[in-house]
Amino acid sequence: MLIKRSDGRAAKQRLASAYQGLSAGGLDRRAFLRQAGITGAGLAALGSLGTGRVEAAEGSMGVLDHAQPVTRVKNICTHCSVGCTVTAEVQNGVWVGQEPSWDSPINRGTHCAKGASVRELVHGDRRLKYPMKLVGGTWQRLSWDTALSEIADKMMAIRQASGPDSVFLLGSAKFSNEGAYLYRKFAAFWGTNSVDHQARICHSTTVAGVANTWGYGAMTNSYNDIRNAKTMIIMGGNPAEAHPVSLQHILSGKEINRANLIVIDPRFTRTAAHATEFMRIRPGTDIPIIWGLLWHIFENGWEDKQFIEQRVFGMEKVRAEVAKWNPQECERVTGVPAAQMRKVAELFATQKPATLIWCMGATQKTVGTANVRAYSILLLATGNVGAPGTGANIFRGHCNVQGATDFGLDVTSLPAYYGLDENAWRHWCRVWDVSYESMIARFDSKAMMETPGIPTTRYFDAVTLPKDQVQQRDTIKGMVVFGHGGNTVTRMPEAKKGLEKLDLLVVVDPHPTSFAMQSDRRDGTYLLPACTQFECDGSRTCSNRSAQWGAQVVKPIFESKSDYEVMYRLAGALDVAAEKRNMPVRFQAEMFKPFDIRDSAPTAESLLREINRGSLSTGYSGISPERLKLHMQHQDKFDLVTLRAKPDAPAEIRGDFYGLPWPCFGTPEMRHPGSHILYNTNLHVKEGGGVFRARFGVEREGKTLLAEGSYSRGSEIQDGYPEFTVAVLKRLGWFDELTAAEKASLDRYFGANIDRASWATDLSCGIIRVAMEHGCVPYGNGKARADAWNLPDPIPVHREPIYTPRTDLIAQYPTLPDRRGFRLPHLGQSVQNRSREIAPNFPIVLTSGRLVEYEGGGEETRSNRWLAELQQDMFVEINPADAAARSISDGAWVWVRGPESDSKARVKALVTERVGRGVAFMPFHFAGWYQGEDRRGKYPPGTDPIVLGESVNTLTSYGYDPVTFMQETKVTLCQISAA
Amino acid sequence: MARMKFLCDSDRCIECNACVTACKNEHEVPWGINRRRVVTINDGRPGERSISMACMHCTDAPCAAVCPVSCFYTTADAIVLHDKDLCIGCGYCFYACPFGAPQYPRVGNFGSRGKMDKCTYCAGGPQQDNTAVEYTQYGANRIAEGKLPLCAEMCSTKALLAGDSDMIAQIYRERVQRRGYGSGAWGWRTAYRETVTI
Repeated sequence: MLIKRSDGRAAKQRLASAYQGLSAGGLDRRAFLRQAGITGAGLAALGSLGTGRVEAAEGSMGVLDHAQPVTRVKNICTHCSVGCTVTAEVQNGVWVGQEPSWDSPINRGTHCAKGASVRELVHGDRRLKYPMKLVGGTWQRLSWDTALSEIADKMMAIRQASGPDSVFLLGSAKFSNEGAYLYRKFAAFWGTNSVDHQARICHSTTVAGVANTWGYGAMTNSYNDIRNAKTMIIMGGNPAEAHPVSLQHILSGKEINRANLIVIDPRFTRTAAHATEFMRIRPGTDIPIIWGLLWHIFENGWEDKQFIEQRVFGMEKVRAEVAKWNPQECERVTGVPAAQMRKVAELFATQKPATLIWCMGATQKTVGTANVRAYSILLLATGNVGAPGTGANIFRGHCNVQGATDFGLDVTSLPAYYGLDENAWRHWCRVWDVSYESMIARFDSKAMMETPGIPTTRYFDAVTLPKDQVQQRDTIKGMVVFGHGGNTVTRMPEAKKGLEKLDLLVVVDPHPTSFAMQSDRRDGTYLLPACTQFECDGSRTCSNRSAQWGAQVVKPIFESKSDYEVMYRLAGALDVAAEKRNMPVRFQAEMFKPFDIRDSAPTAESLLREINRGSLSTGYSGISPERLKLHMQHQDKFDLVTLRAKPDAPAEIRGDFYGLPWPCFGTPEMRHPGSHILYNTNLHVKEGGGVFRARFGVEREGKTLLAEGSYSRGSEIQDGYPEFTVAVLKRLGWFDELTAAEKASLDRYFGANIDRASWATDLSCGIIRVAMEHGCVPYGNGKARADAWNLPDPIPVHREPIYTPRTDLIAQYPTLPDRRGFRLPHLGQSVQNRSREIAPNFPIVLTSGRLVEYEGGGEETRSNRWLAELQQDMFVEINPADAAARSISDGAWVWVRGPESDSKARVKALVTERVGRGVAFMPFHFAGWYQGEDRRGKYPPGTDPIVLGESVNTLTSYGYDPVTFMQETKVTLCQISAA
Repeated sequence: MARMKFLCDSDRCIECNACVTACKNEHEVPWGINRRRVVTINDGRPGERSISMACMHCTDAPCAAVCPVSCFYTTADAIVLHDKDLCIGCGYCFYACPFGAPQYPRVGNFGSRGKMDKCTYCAGGPQQDNTAVEYTQYGANRIAEGKLPLCAEMCSTKALLAGDSDMIAQIYRERVQRRGYGSGAWGWRTAYRETVTI
């Protein structure tokens, strides 16, 4: 482990300065606090700090003073999606200590390295402290008002010349739910669908694949529920590093049930070290593995025949495909011996309940959507969905990537998965209380309003491609980024060119992010300091769909502002800029009309109330701020395994599931408890029970798409049924059970079209209420689809990665032909055909993934000195055989070369058997070096992260999932040589 | 009287380093000083195990035995502490300690050592409990507040146990019984050779 904790140059340099209480550059906030406390002077030089901060700082040492009272505030960790509660101790407005959050049923006091060090984020030695802009290659400080008015003016100039679609809006999985929703609303009012966030590059394929299978694209069970599993397969995930606290539940389940823990991965991960069975596969062969497992399952009759008959559509087509994957073919393609396949298949199918856990190893592929579909089909075939201990336990990446996905930071949908068609727009216009026609006027055209936008994986192509290849009025000219790293997408050399060609680049983030440094822009870049979620209120939704309310720990530090305030003030600045240019469009007044505005920002509570009003389809309607706050207050009343509030809980939460995991149907007053386990027919719908969603019609090829003889407990309709609309209510004779007020609401919004009003568009929630009174699930009772006929591969088939070392398999398993999507060309097969020439010179498969110490693009965590100290060098894991053949020794510098753009990266070698022969692994959290060049000087002074390194995405290459344009980060080719 | 101990369940430890950063957070330990760290053996190979290491608070502590200025003392809870006002930073305890627990800040340009620093079991030092001067020299004193060391309290998988040795031994024993296999304890094969299955 030479790579870790090496006493390299960076460490030595910084040790001395750290010990003197000085950081290497800029203002050290802790040192400042200490001085302020002792002398109460020396503030003149810090005139930029608001008076509130100065008062708070005086008399505080920055550490806990036992003689003074302490306030404890609960918030949620801002790193991964597990949703650990953070308990902060605050004195005089300073966060002085962190205590274990024993009451949280999710983390029970514990944290990982990142969670245990979140206090440092709010000390913020290396945070961006005030707005800055790049002038002639130099960073200049400016005030918020000047910055916003300059930005607004440039945005309006682009809008005037090129149209609203030429501004690309990139949001964040670090937003609160309310922030994410507000940014989506902002995009709608700006007039573009090109609004995206990190889900595009982590689980967009999961959302698409899983939603197309059984209705909702989310984790079906929960971290806690894994404690019930008898068999767990973790395939394409390394939760020991990416979601460490989830291992508490996984390992407990393993111990309590003496469960099988099977890890399927190209890499012997830290998770695999705790497995009962490890299966090493060739990268990019997930579908052959699943079909190979199913081959044994069908061959031996281990499938759940009743489950398939009642609740699954199209399994016979899967059988036909699976038949091709006999043990010989499976071993030829994947490298896994038949005996191990049979053993794992038998365990998974017969030792139930069994769950399948996956992360980005499954999703970040050119076949990502097909992968997760295959995974889901394996669960369906073995009847492992909709019960405790089963399910698709999809571990999402960021603290609120679930919520940000739910609220439509997605180029294909408005909030809550309503899509982009006219019905969706009309629904949200009703919620926003604006006319549909006024919204059309904000877009280039009605057609553009209903066309999916440009995703974050390809924004730079939409900047650099000729105008006629980008299917909108003009190419992208400006970009506004909130909370997102620049080193997170593949093909960085080309992203760099794209960034350099932009007229305007705005980065709103607690840190400058790699966007500030990775291009050679000289003008037109603005950095605006956003605060972290610890410095504002709001809810966030963790992977298991539970929402948790985080309370502000301290006021935003330095000059940073909350996302809410930045958006509110930007909207105001845009109004001024529009007026100046005599453009009729206005933003602030209409967009923020329904919200309570306090201190130049809408309150999180009022934002959540609008979310409640509109997000009926995902059942966010019952998740009111009051209920969430009560859950946080009484965390100790929830059961560890069932997540249900126990009988001794206060009446107002008794029976609720923790965090009201969506769907939480109806109004908050209906007291739906949330749905801990999706599609669970063993519970009444009012108790959180469910069925597969009937969202794909009622019939296909002469066969029913509705469930047969399966229904949730207490349902009056003891068979399948379509989703509830007024027409359905009328047919069932239940229409008159709607109250007068509910009917009036339907009449007001739908008038003559009342029959078409559905449970998801009826703002009164009357249809939902009546359906649930009869024990029926509002979204209908359908079959899950093994055959998803609307996808490019209705039944998943194996397709070799774009860059594959097995060129012999390309002819038999080619990628999809070239096509267009998301307004852009998609040249998968043309590029794949290059593989034949590339492979001989780039013989090693390169894959990427996470480290426990860092997160995402890594700028925030690499700026945290407690974390940075643990991992000081970017590295590549290389097998001893490959290293020996190249005369590479452990810890030596090497060049890794990628297959496109003559890309190369200078990193340290970690020679280890963790990777198989012919496979190399690099973590994706590093930035700051580019092809051997240290670009530390390009950060604004004092904001450079402590640790810098090469980005793996300098090397990663072309390849996109056809359904979501997910990038391929897990399989490309490289060559490694000693440096 | 209690005998305070750490016990790391290597069947649970996933090398997440929460114990390390929790320690840094609680005591504001500077860069380069590692009161606690995670050691991994067989890294990347079957049999990979990690274990979190810090001062073991030995009964007959070798550091105390060799200290030329006798700066070490053992509290009533059997926690081994030292007095930084007496410590001369000689480094002898580092030679004596089998676990590499003593740490030294660099205070000059020629590698000269400052006074020794190590895990205090979150019990501060000889200064008055929970005063600013105690915090500056030794970090927080959670024991005086009736709390356990933060590293163990925050351990992601509850691998690292801290508390009275009888109690944590009981917790660990119950875990081993429930698992139904081996001890998972690191080093048993070394101690007992092939006579145990792990």
